[in-house]
Amino acid sequence: MGVKTEFQDDTLYCYLSGEIDHHQSFAIRLEIDDKIENSRPKTTILDFTDVTFMDSSGIGLVMGRYKLCSQYDGSLTVCGLSDSAYKVMKLAGLSNIASIKKGGIKNEHK
Amino acid sequence: MNINEFKMTVDSRSVNEGFTRTAVAAFTAQLDPTLEEINDIKTAVSEAVTNCIVHGYKNSVGKIFITVRIKSESAVLITIKDRGAGIEDIKKAREPLFTTGGSDRAGLGFSVMESFTDRLTVRSAVGRGTTVTLYKRIFGRAK
Repeated sequence: MGVKTEFQDDTLYCYLSGEIDHHQSFAIRLEIDDKIENSRPKTTILDFTDVTFMDSSGIGLVMGRYKLCSQYDGSLTVCGLSDSAYKVMKLAGLSNIASIKKGGIKNEHK
Repeated sequence: MNINEFKMTVDSRSVNEGFTRTAVAAFTAQLDPTLEEINDIKTAVSEAVTNCIVHGYKNSVGKIFITVRIKSESAVLITIKDRGAGIEDIKKAREPLFTTGGSDRAGLGFSVMESFTDRLTVRSAVGRGTTVTLYKRIFGRAK
């Protein structure tokens, strides 16, 4: 549960898993921020494929990472959203700041 | 009148967010809801309980009181109550993106509760606490 990260070709891949709520998102946030600050990626990808539940803490997670990536002139992509996670993301109008896709990148990348 | 009722009290610790939404969803399962309906309930309950923890009992640990009432074959009423800080301006608190919770809180808790249920009621008094009531119709798979 949590997040696994991988840095390759100026891209930071973050594979999120488990339940993303206020309780879980704290550790996930610290881990991703640490990686962004150290590697300053051009693109950061948040892959939600293995996320089984998400509430509005997921929106906070995306918004906060967007701000941090912008500081280093990087872009943010969100992918692998389930129907219900997509429903939450849509509420926030996040498609204005990040590229949001339903499908994951895991299979094509590995 | 209620067909069935379930009550629980938990400490306002964030580790209980997962437990409470799962417990409420499990109790509601007797109405044979769809996966989407179950997810809607879990998400709305998660928002309400998180509010109790992050805002109601900001600098302390208090009790969160949850009641789930099966109202009919196709409706559930969920009450989530704290005796914490209370909300000064409910109208403002319910506005999308308004938050007092810092940069990593989206300010969408009430918006999510509103759009994932059929009716949201918020009652609050400063210094006395907040009660959130969520009404959700369950159309289910078989009905």
